[in-house]
Amino acid sequence: MLDHDLIRETLAAALRTGGDMAEIFVEDKASSNAVLDDGKVEHLTSGRDRGAGIRVIVGDTTGFAHTADLSRAGLAEAAEAAAAAARTGGGGVREVALTRVEAPRPNEIAVLPESVGKGEKVDLLRRADASARAAGAAISQVTARYGDSRRRILVANSDGLLTEDDQVRTLLSVMAVASGDTGMQTGYQSLGRTVGFELFDRYDVEDLGREAAERALLKLAARPAPSGTMPVVIGPGGGGVLFHEACGHGLEADLVAKGASVFAGRIGERVADPRITLVDDGTMAEEWGAIAVDDEGSVAQRNVLIEDGILTDYMWDLLRSRKEGRARSGNGRRQSYKHLPMVRMTNTYVLAGPDDPDDIIASTPKGVYVAHLGGGQVNTATGDFVFGMTEAYLIEDGRITEPIREGNLIGNGPAVLGSIDAVGGDFAMGSPGMCGKDGQGVPVGDGVPTLRVPALTVGGTA
Amino acid sequence: MPPAEPGDRDLLDLAVRVADQARPGEQVEAFVARSTSTTVRAYAGEVESLTQASSSGVGVRVVVDHREGFAYAGTLEEQVVQEALEEARDNARFGEPDEFNGLAEPDGVEPLPLDLWPKGLPDVPTAEKVSLALDLERATTRRDPRVKGVRVAMYSDGLGEAAVATSTGIRVWDRSGTSYLMVQALATQDGETQIAGGLSVGRELTDLSVDEAADDAVLRSTRLLGSTKPPTQRVTLVLEPRMTATILGLVGGMLNGDAVLKGRSPFGDRVGEAIAAPLLTFVDDPTDARSLGADTYDGEGLARRRNALVSDGVLQGFLQNTYTGRRSGTASTGSAARGVSSTPAVSAAALAVAPGTGTHEELVAGVGTGLLVTSMAGLHSGVNPVSGDFSVGVEGLMVRDGALAEPIREATIASTLQRLLLDISAVGADLEWLPDGTGGVTLVIPDVALSGQ
Repeated sequence: MLDHDLIRETLAAALRTGGDMAEIFVEDKASSNAVLDDGKVEHLTSGRDRGAGIRVIVGDTTGFAHTADLSRAGLAEAAEAAAAAARTGGGGVREVALTRVEAPRPNEIAVLPESVGKGEKVDLLRRADASARAAGAAISQVTARYGDSRRRILVANSDGLLTEDDQVRTLLSVMAVASGDTGMQTGYQSLGRTVGFELFDRYDVEDLGREAAERALLKLAARPAPSGTMPVVIGPGGGGVLFHEACGHGLEADLVAKGASVFAGRIGERVADPRITLVDDGTMAEEWGAIAVDDEGSVAQRNVLIEDGILTDYMWDLLRSRKEGRARSGNGRRQSYKHLPMVRMTNTYVLAGPDDPDDIIASTPKGVYVAHLGGGQVNTATGDFVFGMTEAYLIEDGRITEPIREGNLIGNGPAVLGSIDAVGGDFAMGSPGMCGKDGQGVPVGDGVPTLRVPALTVGGTA
Repeated sequence: MPPAEPGDRDLLDLAVRVADQARPGEQVEAFVARSTSTTVRAYAGEVESLTQASSSGVGVRVVVDHREGFAYAGTLEEQVVQEALEEARDNARFGEPDEFNGLAEPDGVEPLPLDLWPKGLPDVPTAEKVSLALDLERATTRRDPRVKGVRVAMYSDGLGEAAVATSTGIRVWDRSGTSYLMVQALATQDGETQIAGGLSVGRELTDLSVDEAADDAVLRSTRLLGSTKPPTQRVTLVLEPRMTATILGLVGGMLNGDAVLKGRSPFGDRVGEAIAAPLLTFVDDPTDARSLGADTYDGEGLARRRNALVSDGVLQGFLQNTYTGRRSGTASTGSAARGVSSTPAVSAAALAVAPGTGTHEELVAGVGTGLLVTSMAGLHSGVNPVSGDFSVGVEGLMVRDGALAEPIREATIASTLQRLLLDISAVGADLEWLPDGTGGVTLVIPDVALSGQ
């Protein structure tokens, strides 16, 4: 992506006025998107973003600059701006010998989306739209979105690291609106993998459209959600966001180091029921958070964060691991070359447990069953987190009964982890997600088996 | 067309060069933008990071035979811009024809002269910005023994300019800038930690106040110490101005002409009807320079204008861009929002509530038992802009006998946005402008479900 002499020159320029380490991150991202709304293909969008971010680290200070100009002059200017924060008076030209690190790809790409005709992409949307509309006369509106991206990155630093990755993602989502006597309700379903257009040989877009429509139709007849604290059973695949929020963010080493996490200082302690093993795994083939290397050039890994209920490790980026003199974990990620990397999750999931999913429901006299969760948010300092339920039902006398309307659930991470009293054997990964932190979004995946939290607060009105 | 300053012509020139390439029967629009920003993050008495950023890009829209195509590039390199035009042309072949597709045309509305450019900011040395961030951290950690640290203390600014040119005769250029201070304070007591943010926003560096941001963060984090989960009950809500602004933003999204046309707004057929308590009036007025969302032109190059949305509780109309205005048989309200990488959407830019009567303290004192909401969580997962279903996590202080009492956390409030608007019983006079350009006041809303224990 960039000439090696130019990389070496840029790193040397970045360190000319001092600094412990310099890094260049080059990104070339091409994307295409299409939207079908209101029965019509509205427009296709093609995008191209290419540039480099340069950072210089000196002590606890990072200088950062980025440029869309990848010429010798453009990179030199950015290197100088990044070095501005590192004016320590020392420095001098440094020779950098680059050693290429080859990282295994999480999965192969069979059909690059750029090789597929636009007409074929648009056709997927028409099929999803037709299928959603055919699901019921009450379906009044459908929006279908297609998106693919190819993000090529190169990372090199003055420690001699040089590595590249080629990340392909393909996504289709459908949002359906159903209208009835009680107003309008929405249903959403999405499919996304780190693969190319072969995704649609394996999955039927008609299914996607129908599932979104059915979710909307179901909610037309839904009762208001209950209000108060009660047992909540989370369905397989639908609820990984619970762990993403309840403890994932709190296990990010940058937040831990600043005392902004309730999990600080708790390595080796029991933080969850022994049935809980939590993993963050960037190598998980095809899942939305899969990468070969992170955005600091660390090879992606499978990291066990909680093992049989015991907190075993946090997630690490370059800065935090340098400071603590330990290995990185492949969790240094950034939205684009315009952003500084920080500790981020990849694919975060709870392993299957010993319990029978049917028994978990049958042994819950009264509560809520959440088949599908929406997004969430956490306050890492207190551990309090919320997440939305987009498809949920009442549990009455050990049976799933009536659907309930949307709402948030609220709980406290450490309290919820410690109280989970059933973990099913039916693990599934969930829908592709976009995780936001300090204004940066990165693609993530999550997964869970069926599990039960004995007391969560359901934010309804009834 | 405004007088572009010498040296700043290049963006408009580039946009015009693209638009002028329109072939017979083709409309071409170029939206070109460039921005620079500086961000300083301070932590533990050191500069944690200093970011100097500059970005530029172009978005090209082509309409031919009522079909639309779009492409963008994150650079102004002539050859890449040319490729974007060709891609947009190619993409237009795949859009479906829609008789209302088409670019904006000059509509005769003159732009108001707004002074949105912080003249002093470009000359402020970086060292001064660094000092502000370090001062902010120091000020925050010296006010209260319980606040010993921050998650981050930050100074950030942005200067941006944009030009729009179309083959239909639009030729505009403008620029603006803002700066802000933000700190997230960590308050600790008896092993419990609370985090809360404080802000100071403005255009020039001289508009910013370290004390304002530090006081804000210290008050917000320390008053939540010792908070507990409240019992499930129905309460009178008192919304702080910034909470009101957040909720208003959600309502603004439901008054979007695109949502209305596509049957996704619960207010779609309610123009002329009361959708809120008569106490409530709110507008989207990007010509109000007090708002950081103020703007001379919208994303299609039309002059920004004041749009009344709800007056004395009665719905006045919706926000429109060129497409939704044409299709709904009205006209653009100058509400096209966009960045380089997207086609013009419809969005409010500077929503604000008309101030009512009474200070924040007076409104709290008028509530017997209630909840002062100081933060909300889960807005993207718990609020549905189509159904209006509303359920969010809250933190705040209970109000007892008209006085602030114990702090609460790990609770939710739930209703529908439609219900909340109708039930407003008091509107404060304490207008506060937020970084996102909205302006909020204190609102009182009785009888809302609070879920806790």
